[in-house]
Amino acid sequence: MTAVCDVRARRARLHLGSAAQHVLRVAVPLVLTALLGGAMLALFGANPMHFYAEVLRLGLVGQGWQRSLTVAAPLLLVALGLIIAFRAGLWNLGYHGSYVLAAAVVAGVAPVLMATLPFMLAVAVLTLIALTLGAAVSLVPAWLKVTSGAPEVVTSLMMSFIAVGVANLLIKGPLQDPATSVPQTRVLGLELMLPFLPGTQVHAGVVPAFVLVLLAQLILTRSAFGTRIDMLGASPRAAVHAGVRVSRLVPAVMLISGALIGVAALVDMLGLWGYMRSDWNPGYGEKVLPFVFLARLSPLAAAPLICGYAVFLTGGTVAAQQAGLAIEVLDVYLVLLLVCMVLLEALGRRFPLGESYLPAAVGSLRFAFLRRHTLPEDR
Amino acid sequence: MMVTEAMLLAFLLAVIANAMPLLLAALGEMVSEQAGVLNVGVEGVLLLGGFAAFATTHVTGSFWLGFLAGAVAGVVLQGSLVVLSVWLGANQIVVGLGVLLAGNGISSMLYERFFAATRPRLGAAPAWLPAWLTELPILGPVVFAQHGMLLLGVLLTVVIGWFLWRSAPGLRVRVAGQHPATLDAVGGSVTRTRAAATLFGGVMAGVGGAYLALLVAGTFTPGMTHGLGFLTIATAMLAGGRTRALVLIALGYGVLVATGTALQFTAISVPSEVIAMAPFVVALLVIGLHRRSGSGLPPALATSYTRGAR
Repeated sequence: MTAVCDVRARRARLHLGSAAQHVLRVAVPLVLTALLGGAMLALFGANPMHFYAEVLRLGLVGQGWQRSLTVAAPLLLVALGLIIAFRAGLWNLGYHGSYVLAAAVVAGVAPVLMATLPFMLAVAVLTLIALTLGAAVSLVPAWLKVTSGAPEVVTSLMMSFIAVGVANLLIKGPLQDPATSVPQTRVLGLELMLPFLPGTQVHAGVVPAFVLVLLAQLILTRSAFGTRIDMLGASPRAAVHAGVRVSRLVPAVMLISGALIGVAALVDMLGLWGYMRSDWNPGYGEKVLPFVFLARLSPLAAAPLICGYAVFLTGGTVAAQQAGLAIEVLDVYLVLLLVCMVLLEALGRRFPLGESYLPAAVGSLRFAFLRRHTLPEDR
Repeated sequence: MMVTEAMLLAFLLAVIANAMPLLLAALGEMVSEQAGVLNVGVEGVLLLGGFAAFATTHVTGSFWLGFLAGAVAGVVLQGSLVVLSVWLGANQIVVGLGVLLAGNGISSMLYERFFAATRPRLGAAPAWLPAWLTELPILGPVVFAQHGMLLLGVLLTVVIGWFLWRSAPGLRVRVAGQHPATLDAVGGSVTRTRAAATLFGGVMAGVGGAYLALLVAGTFTPGMTHGLGFLTIATAMLAGGRTRALVLIALGYGVLVATGTALQFTAISVPSEVIAMAPFVVALLVIGLHRRSGSGLPPALATSYTRGAR
């Protein structure tokens, strides 16, 4: 009896503290990263306090918050693409390919389409192109996954290389600006780009990014589709037994994932850049990766983290230059954050430090179970 | 166009040269995959190994020291996978992506810092075997006149094939990937076995990168691997522990790249992007046609082992 009471008491204590634990789990790696990063800056001869103050000033004050918001939009969309795939236990690592291919074609045809078609129609056609191309890159890995059980970790990475190659071929071939010898697409006129939100320098592409965050949160947590995705991630075998058609859900999730990354390219090209160079790749996938896990694959939790990171990027790019540091310093912060998270994850297995960054979905990653011959019920 | 003997010889040389880095790296990746550890970041290890080897050989002039440096760099970088994933149980794919970024970033940053201004190149490796061997027809120039790493790599392939399937430690490696709890139950150490296999993967990826930098390219350029690391993972996956399949795939890759290079010397103009893409297209086709291409991978791949956990 006493033992039971003891267990109950301990559970109650753990439960009471769980909100605090969640906060700890997110805050500790961020604070640690800031401290370690500061130490690194000091090592390079820069003043960390001054650097951080500059980051905040440049990233938030004046026009800063508007620039940060513009930077955040594609990052958020790529994060959504990763979140939906990771929740299903699918490692769609073809993000470079989806982004670059969609960006190249959108930037390549936008000057013509935007100039000839009515604005809304042109945007609709370009959106369709971006969705299709982004999804196309993840189609092959999805198809290979359900037909031959090839792990998408490997095939999506390889498909990504092919897509980047095709994008470069297009930019150096049919999509190249005939007016210049530099391999790049024609530049979309400023007046043809997405309009700014009234009273700001923030382009309208930011709106769909935030709307999609809310939509993704609703669908993933409140719909049968979202539940099926979580089931697939937690246990493919259980999902099959519960009647989930894995051989349809896997391609669906992979295609949506790729399509969302395609939208990120669309927003970037039509709202921010207006043209695409060959061999250009902003590397969004790796940049959002730590935050996607820090948010425990929740779109709503990822949004503020990624907005914060966008502020860091916006302010940090200039602040690093001012401090005479290489821009790669900002990437080192990402690696530091990942390392801190991994260490906290290891500690969290011994001590009550909130829930793992990897929900059951990804934690129990077993692509072996998705092999064709182990899923007879599914056929 | 006439195909001369010299051209055929050059083609053979190119096949071997391109196949070797893939073969070496895939050997290591295969052993670590069989033990249940997937390193998604082989590309990063190849790059760091290649840079370390290049820098060392450039400074010391010794190719063997270069290979040693490549191996050490590989062990150090892959060591992070051992510490974070094998010991601390962190997700292998997340850590692997970290390894990829770190290897790519560190090698690029160091190259920019020390070599970007001069862009030095290395000379050819000196012949080390007696003249009567290097003067043999075909085998002489293709094998014996090459750096000793070529023969060592072939020897290693044979040894690993034997080790994995015919020796007790090799059995432990495979059990660690097939069913780690069994290895634990019979008194083996899953952690130690996986750590050793992973570090071996680091050595081989480092040496593979070194081969690419020292003997194939003769220099280092940031990002010079162009996805070879991902082909390495695919190769190890398709081979599924069989070294013969590994050699065949590596040679097939060598033929593909050599053909692409040869085509550039002919009247047919093939964009370099197409040549860079071709191996990936072929690999995906092979994976697609090979109906159970994932079956060579052990069931416990990329999962961490906790005693008693279900």
